[in-house]
Amino acid sequence: MEVKTSKVRTVIAYIVLLILTFLCLFFFYILIINSTRSHAQIQQGFSAIPGKSFFINLKHVLHDANIPVLSGIKNSLIVSTGAAILATYFSAMTAYGLYAYSFKFRKAAFIFIMLILVMPTQVSALGFMRLMDNMHLLNTLWPLILPSVAAPAVFYFMYSYMQSSLPMELVEAARIDGCSEFRTFNRIVLPIMKPAIAVQAIFTFVMAWNNYFIPALIISENKKKTLPILIAALRSADFLKFDMGKVYMLITIAIVPIIIVYILLSRFIVAGVALGGVKE
Amino acid sequence: MKEKKEKAKQLKSVDYSKWGYLFILPFFLAFLIFQLIPLVSTVYYSFFEYYRSGLKVIGPNPVGLANFKALFESDFLKYTGNTLILWVAGFIPQIVISLLLAAWFTDVRLRIKGKQFFKVVIYMPNLIMASAFAMLFFALFSANGPVNHALVGLGILKEPFRFLSSVGGARGLVALMNFLMWFGNTTILLMAAVMGINPSLFEAAELDGCTPTQTFFKITLPMIRPILVYVLITSMIGGLQMFDVPQILTNGKGTPDRTVTTIIMYLNNHLFSKNYGMAGAISVILFIICAILCLVVYFTLNKDDTVHATRKHRGKEARK
Amino acid sequence: MKKYLKAGLVLVLALAMVFTMAGCGGSGSSDSADGGAEGGKGGKTLNIWCWNDEFQSRFNDYYPEVKEVADDKSTTTLNDGTVVKWTINPNEGNNYQDKLDEALLKQADVDDEEKIDIFLVEADYALKYVDSDTTMDVKELGLTDDDMAQQYQYTKDIVTDSNGVQKGTTWQATPGLFAYRRSIAKDVLGTDDPDAVQEALADWDKFDEVAAKAHEKGYKMLSGFDDAYRTFSNNVAAPWVDGDKVTVDANIVKWIDQTKTYTDKGYNNKSSLWDDTWNADQGPKGKVFGFFYSTWGINFTLLGNSLETKEDEGGKAEVGNGAFGDYAVCYGPQPYYWGGTWICGATGTDNADLVKDVMLKLTCDKDIMKKITEDTQDYTNNQEAMQEIADSDFSSDFLGGQNHIALFVEAAKNIDMSNAGAYDQGLNESIQTAFRDYFEGKVDFEKAKANFETAAKEKYPELKTFEWPK
Repeated sequence: MEVKTSKVRTVIAYIVLLILTFLCLFFFYILIINSTRSHAQIQQGFSAIPGKSFFINLKHVLHDANIPVLSGIKNSLIVSTGAAILATYFSAMTAYGLYAYSFKFRKAAFIFIMLILVMPTQVSALGFMRLMDNMHLLNTLWPLILPSVAAPAVFYFMYSYMQSSLPMELVEAARIDGCSEFRTFNRIVLPIMKPAIAVQAIFTFVMAWNNYFIPALIISENKKKTLPILIAALRSADFLKFDMGKVYMLITIAIVPIIIVYILLSRFIVAGVALGGVKE
Repeated sequence: MKEKKEKAKQLKSVDYSKWGYLFILPFFLAFLIFQLIPLVSTVYYSFFEYYRSGLKVIGPNPVGLANFKALFESDFLKYTGNTLILWVAGFIPQIVISLLLAAWFTDVRLRIKGKQFFKVVIYMPNLIMASAFAMLFFALFSANGPVNHALVGLGILKEPFRFLSSVGGARGLVALMNFLMWFGNTTILLMAAVMGINPSLFEAAELDGCTPTQTFFKITLPMIRPILVYVLITSMIGGLQMFDVPQILTNGKGTPDRTVTTIIMYLNNHLFSKNYGMAGAISVILFIICAILCLVVYFTLNKDDTVHATRKHRGKEARK
Repeated sequence: MKKYLKAGLVLVLALAMVFTMAGCGGSGSSDSADGGAEGGKGGKTLNIWCWNDEFQSRFNDYYPEVKEVADDKSTTTLNDGTVVKWTINPNEGNNYQDKLDEALLKQADVDDEEKIDIFLVEADYALKYVDSDTTMDVKELGLTDDDMAQQYQYTKDIVTDSNGVQKGTTWQATPGLFAYRRSIAKDVLGTDDPDAVQEALADWDKFDEVAAKAHEKGYKMLSGFDDAYRTFSNNVAAPWVDGDKVTVDANIVKWIDQTKTYTDKGYNNKSSLWDDTWNADQGPKGKVFGFFYSTWGINFTLLGNSLETKEDEGGKAEVGNGAFGDYAVCYGPQPYYWGGTWICGATGTDNADLVKDVMLKLTCDKDIMKKITEDTQDYTNNQEAMQEIADSDFSSDFLGGQNHIALFVEAAKNIDMSNAGAYDQGLNESIQTAFRDYFEGKVDFEKAKANFETAAKEKYPELKTFEWPK
């Protein structure tokens, strides 16, 4: 009986997973196919068959002096890595501060952060740009990295994760062993938070990697532009140079580094970092 | 053992509160420096007439609550309805599939070959930029795209269905794209939460003869409740503030008949003239709606467990 | 809740005070740069803002004073040592205008080196800048009527403000024509001769008759809803807006009626400009009679779409490859233009002489204009130069041997853009969006009207009343 149900379960699981896998990979497939097709072909619509323009598109992208792909990748890597590290580390720290210590404004601080999380930010974009201008930070990567220290969504996740996976006994045990508070956080708490950090590092990284709107307001110099700005630049080309093959090629190029980062980081989640919890 | 307990008691009397302040300081500093002024000005200008006619700046002239009044006289309720429909249509499949996948992926008794592969693949759509994703959607679902070719070819449809010109079609595509982009994300969150559960609990459940379904409802779900609440709340905020997918899929138009216009798209329409008065008012109202909903969800779902109760509870469970 | 609200309000007010004070500080600290006494002296940097590299390549290739171009193209050095600094921000998400607006609004407060000298605008929103004091009178810069005598009048109208002052100039002219399939014309009208076809399409009533005939033969007259839009909107009797009143022109309503009829009767293919149906309709398998296209569209977009085997894929642009050679052009029912980029001198520039020289050389110099057209097939804004090309034995294989430059020359003279206005971009877009639902049968005429008015008021809060023709 039990064997039978588990077999049915396995079959259902396979069917669902295969459908989802098809949906997920199909989009990558046409993305890559489109990067092998010429502009005029892409304009005519969808095709599942690759074209012959892969190398032409690649050459066009790499030879466009106004589209510095390499520095674009570099800038995107700096911004995304920086944002991911700052957001995860400081969010874990803030969450720990509110989770492990009781102090007067603890509840107020928690509610305050949650309110920031809820506040729509669309309107403040130009204000942020003006502020950065006053701080002389336009055309630098700092405004794209430093604000990640205050990431309310990441904080909230860390806090929730601590609620379900970080027993205070462990912290108390560390204190008894004479660990300082910072040491406890860095040596005991962070390792336990590894899956949560990996998850949020991926999310923050990907979000920063694909972000266009704010970076485009902050950056005007070619050498500082991130990949989404360069993709947008290709899309605003004039009629002589407008080339969807080039656009798809650059999108494909832009996806390769995040896939690598994702696969590297996902080991922490995928391999199943088994957490001991409290081992007694 | 006794000694340790004594020491623990001593430690409890030590005042740790300054550490709490210290740990949360960087967050608040960064917030003060980078986000406070722009955010506050959003609220501030909602009480002003403040926009641009061409390059000419009109205002800011204080107008009291006029912007809010204008807002409620507009079709704001319609856009709120659109937003909720779009969110629910995407979120229900998303949470169901994600819970299912998270349960499967973390169930040691369910042997699926290539589990690692599937875990990696499901997140991949999120790696594609929304704008690139939308370009692919246009190609796939256009009147002479492959989806219509297939539907007509199989005899399901007589003539191509104009997805983006029909209310159901356009909303369906928005929901589908949101689902595809975010279900992997949610699955990963839930998986991480499940893996945070003490494995001895699952072992005990297995020894006691629990079926997988029982284990899921009796152990997994209650244990990951904080993360579930997190998923629900962040998805609700994301849903109410939905913007990029419907914006790109309808070329910023929210058509047909403004039925795919979400609240933030409506707000964005006002930014064409840099109308900080109206845009600010919409932000404030949306903020209030979001905050109330979040508080309701948060306190209903976390009713019985204040932080300390959870800990004690957990402690007991683990000891069993 | 109330308590929180109160506390929140206090906090907001307190911060607001800080904020306004900070704001004052910002605008007050401009005393040093405001003098502008050394205006004519000329800085060492010429700042040019644009949204793509089109003007950059024209400048680098054709401005005579160019000495060298940096490897990354970010700067161009001129013979006198001036460094041209290029700031290129993409259009997407309104990025270009957002940043340009911010920069122009604080133009008076920044150092000479940072002041914008030249910026580029598109026709759709040119008047937003032209109708403000951010742009300079070209005559004040030093251009004379004589200098610009060979430019097409409509290119000047588009950048002329409400007081009649011209504040920009362009090297391009983009007159539009109607490009039709010869084979379909033969089938429907019995002839593919451009003059005869023009005769058959000379006004909108005739156009509609041909559409009905084409439909009987199994063809579509147009591909999409907005194909003909420009032809109507370029020929309105008055600008969109007067004061705070929007007047929907009779010609716009004519477009609505025509498009509704075409859609209901199946005379069009329900596509939109640039979508894949529209592009495919121009290809070898297309069943569409013709397309409204201007200068750039014919030699690039239409030609590319017409080929069976694309050029990058090893195909040749020659007769026998798809619909190459099967197109021809005629004037169509009404003159119109589509596209174009204008150069504006920014108020506060510290390089006025240089700005003038750039305008003079790149938009008024007949030889340079002619060379640009010969090199790039970009149709340029010089009547004499274009006439010379038209008078040569120029012929286009793509158009079955037709000399289409000759038609452009004639068409460009008849374009009248004196009714262009600052609201064109937003209102043209809104009316097309609102009535698309009507064409598709999703809403009735009154609802579409209401949706248009809602959208217009969102975009332009200063607009109050709307008047529709009866």
